[in-house]
Amino acid sequence: MARSRGWLAIAAIVAAGLVLAFALQERYHHRVLTLVLLWAAMGLAWNIISGYAGQISFGHQVFFGIGAYVTVLLVVKASLTPWLGMAVAVGVAVLAAVLIGLPTFRLAGIYFGLATLAYPLIFRIVMDWLGYQEVAIPMKRDHPGWFMQFTEPRAFDLLALGVLAATLVLSRAIETSRLGYRLRAVKENEQAAEAMGVDAFRAKMAAYVLSAAPAAVVGAVYIHAILFIVTPDAVFGLLVISQTLVVSLVGGIGTLWGPLIGAAVMVPVSEVLDATVGDRLPGIQGVVYGAALMLIMLYAPEGLYWRIQQAIRARAGRGAAAARPVIVAPDDAAAPSAPIGDVLLEVRDVSKSFIGLQALSEVSFDVREHEILGVIGPNGAGKTTLFNVLNGFLVPDRGTVRLGGETVTALRPSALCRRGLGRTFQVVRTFPRLSVLENVMVGAFVHTRAVRHARATAATALAQVGLDDRGEAPPGGLTTLELRLMELARCLATTPRLVLLDEPLAGLSTDGVDVMIAMIRRVRARGITVVIIEQTMQALLRLADRLVVLDQGRRLAEGAPADVTRNPAVIEAYLGKRWLARMGTPAC
Amino acid sequence: MAQIAELLQYVATGLLVGGVYALMSIGLALIFGVMRVVNFAQGDFMMLGMYLTYFYALGGVDPILGALLTIPPFFVLGWVVHRGLLARVTGGGDPQRQMDAQLILTLGLSLVITNAATMILTPTPRGIRTAYATQAFAVGPILFNQARSYAFLMALVLAAAVYVFLTRTDAGRALRAAADDPEAASYQGIDVRAMHGLAFGTGIALVAAAGGLLATYYPIEPSVAVNFIVLMFVAVVLGGLGSIPGAFVGGLVIGLVQSLTLLVLPFQLQNTGVFIVFLLVLYLRPQGIFGRRARTV
Repeated sequence: MARSRGWLAIAAIVAAGLVLAFALQERYHHRVLTLVLLWAAMGLAWNIISGYAGQISFGHQVFFGIGAYVTVLLVVKASLTPWLGMAVAVGVAVLAAVLIGLPTFRLAGIYFGLATLAYPLIFRIVMDWLGYQEVAIPMKRDHPGWFMQFTEPRAFDLLALGVLAATLVLSRAIETSRLGYRLRAVKENEQAAEAMGVDAFRAKMAAYVLSAAPAAVVGAVYIHAILFIVTPDAVFGLLVISQTLVVSLVGGIGTLWGPLIGAAVMVPVSEVLDATVGDRLPGIQGVVYGAALMLIMLYAPEGLYWRIQQAIRARAGRGAAAARPVIVAPDDAAAPSAPIGDVLLEVRDVSKSFIGLQALSEVSFDVREHEILGVIGPNGAGKTTLFNVLNGFLVPDRGTVRLGGETVTALRPSALCRRGLGRTFQVVRTFPRLSVLENVMVGAFVHTRAVRHARATAATALAQVGLDDRGEAPPGGLTTLELRLMELARCLATTPRLVLLDEPLAGLSTDGVDVMIAMIRRVRARGITVVIIEQTMQALLRLADRLVVLDQGRRLAEGAPADVTRNPAVIEAYLGKRWLARMGTPAC
Repeated sequence: MAQIAELLQYVATGLLVGGVYALMSIGLALIFGVMRVVNFAQGDFMMLGMYLTYFYALGGVDPILGALLTIPPFFVLGWVVHRGLLARVTGGGDPQRQMDAQLILTLGLSLVITNAATMILTPTPRGIRTAYATQAFAVGPILFNQARSYAFLMALVLAAAVYVFLTRTDAGRALRAAADDPEAASYQGIDVRAMHGLAFGTGIALVAAAGGLLATYYPIEPSVAVNFIVLMFVAVVLGGLGSIPGAFVGGLVIGLVQSLTLLVLPFQLQNTGVFIVFLLVLYLRPQGIFGRRARTV
């Protein structure tokens, strides 16, 4: 339903564009229409990398400029029609995106944004130096259509509309595909996405390439429809990215409707101002754009689209907070588990130090198939560091990790997840703007491309943890227990062989602890091996087959819970020397 | 021998220019270090500082002194911009979103200032005529342009003053505490919002003064901001985002790189050397020369 509605809306926009293109009479009105359509398309292109993937690019005009320069230079030097030139330009832009992306996506957050600033400036300088300060499109009176030199302004409207329609279809296709879900996951929480099998680097790269291509086409058409002369400043300059940011941010990012709304509002305003007072006040467009950016950041940083949607929802929302059933511990908790098998995970002499702190030193242990292994230790013992090494967030300084016989040391978390290693976090890491079901779907996409399959897998995983009725809720509305269960479901949706659970009982009530323990037993009963971190021994004694005790980065003891709790070294680490002396025989 | 002299001449010119870059970069680094705000409008405040010094000079004030006199009004301006604009953008508690939103806010501010300046002050470049702009001190075969030398010395004095302020005064210590850990600082009774206002005001005042010094030998026009904001970003990233000594060294390095690039590349490509250094640093050592690498997990 929702899917076909999206396509219908795109069709409606194209229809509206067609009506306007034929209804408008004045040349100037056509110019404004063409500008609205082109800037909407440019905003959409930017939105793919910066909206969906959350990588704010301040240098997207690089691709716009490449599109403009490549097509025009091909006309000038080779008399090649811009219709084919555009294809070449897209190729060059995609290549540039790969070359820029390869090093730049290694940078996170603000470093990425700053680095993207440099590329258009470099292009500007180089174009100046190559002597392309001003390249005019040569007149081709014999074949105006073949060279995109229409005298009829409607032709440019239709061309721009075609570009916009194609970009809308591309955006819609991304939104509704696995890539779309993955990009949103990366944007919301890159590490959780990695742990759920999303190769963040590849996802960003795909988004970057997909956003470079339409930007190049927009640049090529813009030069033929509006500018007629390419200058480095006009296509690589700050005003291009400002205009892109304005239409996207005013409208709202992360949705294909945002740039459309933004362009429909902002472009006519600035054009009218330019036409009326632009002669007397040559900088008026820049002032208006700047003021629009400031106002939107101050009063509606999420943009008009999301603002409007919020208002509609608030009006429609009539107390959805109905009482929901309390989750109770499933009674099949004592189900017979599969027999403990061979070594699944082999940890050998793993050491990791941070500046001045030896977090892990020469830790070795095995995890056997179908067992529940508890890792305990006081605060700062190195438990979470150990997990971060095991699932690939950290590369150990020394030592090896083998999963099912394969050496997996230094693999990325996403690669480990694809090999069947799941993980949850000490502090639950959700994708806050995805629904509970969509959160779990991100995990399910590890083994399928099809959204339908992922949805079914996710629904099953949610049902397994008793959250079937919470799928549409945002994670923000969940209790601590429900959040932990959701994270467990997300992890199960990746169909892991082994799950690493980082303090899954922390912050739960006694009832909650019972539910969680029953769930973990159930996970194991389905043939999944469990490694679990806890600070409190109490709970683990009920749950674990074996315990590994860490203290100050070293393995202190390993064995059956009963033995470990009688080990004097363990008691000392937990309770101190005085206790050991006083107790004589330990009880737990 | 002549070649060595030429090389030294380029080094000297680079360092003299770099001193002023260092001063403007300190302002940017201070703002980022304390507030985690990447201030895109920094170059525009520099441009305004150039104009204020120009108008002072029209009134007969020597530009080196005029540059100093930009400090009080720009401190107030910065404080007002912080209180009126930046402090109102919070990103809904998400630090990354807040950072993006504040950057975009300052980008908007930059567009407004540049274009409003173009409308009001006209795009025509202006210059300040001083007796010393065309004079040079000669040390052996190497010439030190007098205007640049005075600007360099004044930049050093101001940078040293900032250093003393941050390390030797209570307000400076409070500022550093607010930068290191805003929450802990607020438990110690430090008004973090006031510290942010202080940092932003100081950062803007420094860049305005740097603009004033620059105005003794550089044409004054509204569009000057764009070129310099990028140089400042490069210097600050080079030194490690938020590190003040780093930004100082970064500024000097940028001046040197710019100057030495001229030895191998034509004048138009002067800044490509800077960008190549910038990208290399980003890729090879994103925490900068003086920065600490943040733990990622």
